[in-house]
Amino acid sequence: MSAGSRGDGVVTRGEPRTRTGCALVTGASRGIGAAIASAVAEDGWPVAVNYRNDGRAASQTVDRIRSCGGEAVAVQADVTAEVYSLFESAEEQLGTVLVLVNCAGIRSDELTLSLGDEEWERVLDTNLTAAFRATRRALKGMLRERYGRIINIASVVGPRANPGQANYAAAKAGLIGFTRTVASEVARRGITVNAIAPGLIETDMTAGLDGRLLEAVPARRAGLPEEVAACARFLASDGAAYVTGSTLVVDGGLSA
Amino acid sequence: MSTTVTTEEIEQVVAEALESFGADPDQINAQATLESLDIDSLDLAELSQIVHERFGAEMKSSDVAELKTVDDAVALIHSRI
Repeated sequence: MSAGSRGDGVVTRGEPRTRTGCALVTGASRGIGAAIASAVAEDGWPVAVNYRNDGRAASQTVDRIRSCGGEAVAVQADVTAEVYSLFESAEEQLGTVLVLVNCAGIRSDELTLSLGDEEWERVLDTNLTAAFRATRRALKGMLRERYGRIINIASVVGPRANPGQANYAAAKAGLIGFTRTVASEVARRGITVNAIAPGLIETDMTAGLDGRLLEAVPARRAGLPEEVAACARFLASDGAAYVTGSTLVVDGGLSA
Repeated sequence: MSTTVTTEEIEQVVAEALESFGADPDQINAQATLESLDIDSLDLAELSQIVHERFGAEMKSSDVAELKTVDDAVALIHSRI
């Protein structure tokens, strides 16, 4: 048996196999997800670009990747209800998902006093429960391959307060706790699980936010999706093999 | 789900799984304890997954947590097929 045993300094048990799988990025038609899809494609990963509604934007993401010599396919699926068909489609076309980026997210802001059950559940389902289901599904293939990278896109809202976003904050804080625990469960199989906590990033999702928020950012500007994507690219790389259970904050100093 | 799975087939699947988890193949036998083979809870969760995929058998984590030996695992799987 060529596998290393515990305590002998070998990081993973079992020989790592040739990586012939793919990356799956949920919520990748636009914004941070689209930038991450392009970034991991630059490292040679075939990428499944998941989208829910905006097929045109997803196609543009795919075209951008292909125009740079990468491989990508768009896969339509609602992550709150179709995680298994999403994986089936991605894996049928590109192979086992070895990099999973849980990026699909929504906001539905309201002060807690007025926050309805439906809006609470919708945000939790999309931003937290879907990440759990996708992670559980992805782990099957990753455990077999003794390799995997799971990156959860959280937020500085969660560790920090932001009035009007109780549902979003609960989901994102939950995602960070989820990240830590799963990381500790699967670390010995060569699978890393990390979170990225972006601050104010220029995307459609932050377009309606109060511009005065920038005054609280030491960098005095919003971040770019590409700046978040660069961190995801690192966490997905072999160079980040010993980074797991961490949350990388990308907020221009907002949390400093 | 097949009803014609033999004990030998189950033993082979279990042995292959344990070996893939890092157990020394020379130490894998019916009486060997899972502890002596350095098999932990994640290994057992993965074994449940393999068994489900191969035989369609469901094993709960509370069931596998009670397993002591390789033979216990084979017997549990056999009872669930």
